[in-house]
Amino acid sequence: MTVLAVSNLAKHYRRGDKTFAAVDGVSFEIGPAETLALAGPSGSGKSTIARLVLRLIEPDAGRIDFEGHDFLALSGAALRARRAKLQMVFQDPLAAFNPRASVARVLDDPLRIHNIASRAERPDRIAALLERVGLDANLAASPIHEISGGQRQRVAIARAIATKPSLIVLDEAVAALDVSVRGQILELLLDLQREERISYLFISHDLGVIRAIAHRIAILDAGRIVETGDARAIIADPQSAIGKALVAATPKLVRSSQETL
Amino acid sequence: MNRLRRFFRTPEAIAGALILTLLVAMALAAPLLFPGDPQAIAGPALLPPFQDWSLPLGTDRLGRDVLAELFHGARTSLAVGLAAAAAALLIGAVVGTLAGFAGGLVDEVLMRVTDAFQTVPSFLLALAFVSIVGPSLGVVVVAIALGAWTGPARLARAEVLSIRERDYVAGARVIGMHPIAIAFREVLPNALPPVLALSSVIVAAAILTEAALSFLGLGDPNRVTWGGMIAEGRTVLRTAPFLSIAPGVALVLTVLGVYLAGEGVVESTAVRRSLS
Ligand SMILES: Nc1ncnc2c1ncn2[C@@H]1O[C@H](COP(=O)(O)OP(=O)(O)O)[C@@H](O)[C@H]1O
Ligand SMILES: [Mg+2]
Repeated sequence: MTVLAVSNLAKHYRRGDKTFAAVDGVSFEIGPAETLALAGPSGSGKSTIARLVLRLIEPDAGRIDFEGHDFLALSGAALRARRAKLQMVFQDPLAAFNPRASVARVLDDPLRIHNIASRAERPDRIAALLERVGLDANLAASPIHEISGGQRQRVAIARAIATKPSLIVLDEAVAALDVSVRGQILELLLDLQREERISYLFISHDLGVIRAIAHRIAILDAGRIVETGDARAIIADPQSAIGKALVAATPKLVRSSQETL
Repeated sequence: MNRLRRFFRTPEAIAGALILTLLVAMALAAPLLFPGDPQAIAGPALLPPFQDWSLPLGTDRLGRDVLAELFHGARTSLAVGLAAAAAALLIGAVVGTLAGFAGGLVDEVLMRVTDAFQTVPSFLLALAFVSIVGPSLGVVVVAIALGAWTGPARLARAEVLSIRERDYVAGARVIGMHPIAIAFREVLPNALPPVLALSSVIVAAAILTEAALSFLGLGDPNRVTWGGMIAEGRTVLRTAPFLSIAPGVALVLTVLGVYLAGEGVVESTAVRRSLS
């Protein structure tokens, strides 16, 4: 069974007085505990696809099936309840949180909204979530703007897994991190996938990162998928012009994936 | 501490803080120093100031203690000014947040209403409202707030429009937060600082409006107000100008104090920078 099936998804925007397709007939599937990477140059429509899949914006055409049900048919309270299973991690972990929030509040929200734990149980749950992503439980009291970027991205992951999702959309989730921190976060994501069987839609322009984490890859150009298949095979021998260009732009690909981690 | 030091850097802010402290002290001390009804007759009519040390500022046309009236007037001015400004900021923040966050038809309707209120001069609005409903402290507060909430509403809306595009609002939607909770828990608190920077101007205007209403006899008749004192003194302006001048000076100093202190706060918190 597929976790996410997207077919013929389209989204148009206006540019000047003409409309153009930011996403143009995109179809893909993601299975359980599978990672599909979306790669492509800046402006190719990666973030738009992420926002469509998360129902942050509405498509002009196409279909999204999530765990076998029409995700686009949901609205209001039914949609909000369903969101527990489909989470996201953003690129900039500072922009992703209310600047006034504490770590505890950021993690308390999903637990409260989806009735996952009673008020009395939540502090323990928050501590467990922090430990699960490799953070000290004492961090809960810290304001979100006072912890480091790497810690913040771990908190973002903790928030995403708080509701036991089956799919997490990660939009350039490690792009803003230092190389060493990036490796640790990728390890954490792989570890979570093994244990919780979470699927990832992993968006990145960095093929080195993609090779370390993704099973399959779809390469985007101007809103269309130009090439898709096994991640390592395509990165080793891309057929499309955009795929070749992305490989050429990633010099450290010559190193082994273990080193990239 | 740092912020406090920054606040007291300019002489304007210090002057404003001093005046405000004095005003608040007067308002708080009024029932202690001058217990009993400030509108009761305390001595001979039209006693000039600095003659009798039990009535240091003399008496008015009816023999009421002018100093007691000034103290109790400070209470009214401050209470009405703060309450009206708080009400205006609250209404403005809520309307602006709803309009900016909901967008579409809700935004359209709310901004039309805001336009309508803004087109009517706020003093006429207050005048009409008090004339229809009848003068009392609560009505005066509402009347002033009715004319003062549009500025905060516009500012809150503009701020919300920029905040609602941020990632953390999308994040709140992704975790399934209700739109009303997103608007008021996540967006509004972050839209507030520039709106609050308007408060000194609104308080100052509210105090002036209250005085003007009282001057026209539309204040709460059971309260001593500076505006009412000026109106009273006007009838004997040639023979006892002090009766109009004393509350007039108190009013000017208060408005100036509120304004200067407000500017000081804005400067010291550098909200100004995020405003531009
Ligand atoms: N809200 C929007 N309004 C207009 N154009 C948009 C909007 N969002 C994205 N676009 C355009 O759609 C295209 C794809 O953007 P995006 O999905 O962000 O690309 P990527 O994430 O791959 O860099 C870009 O040309 C971008 O300018
Ligand atoms: Mg993007």
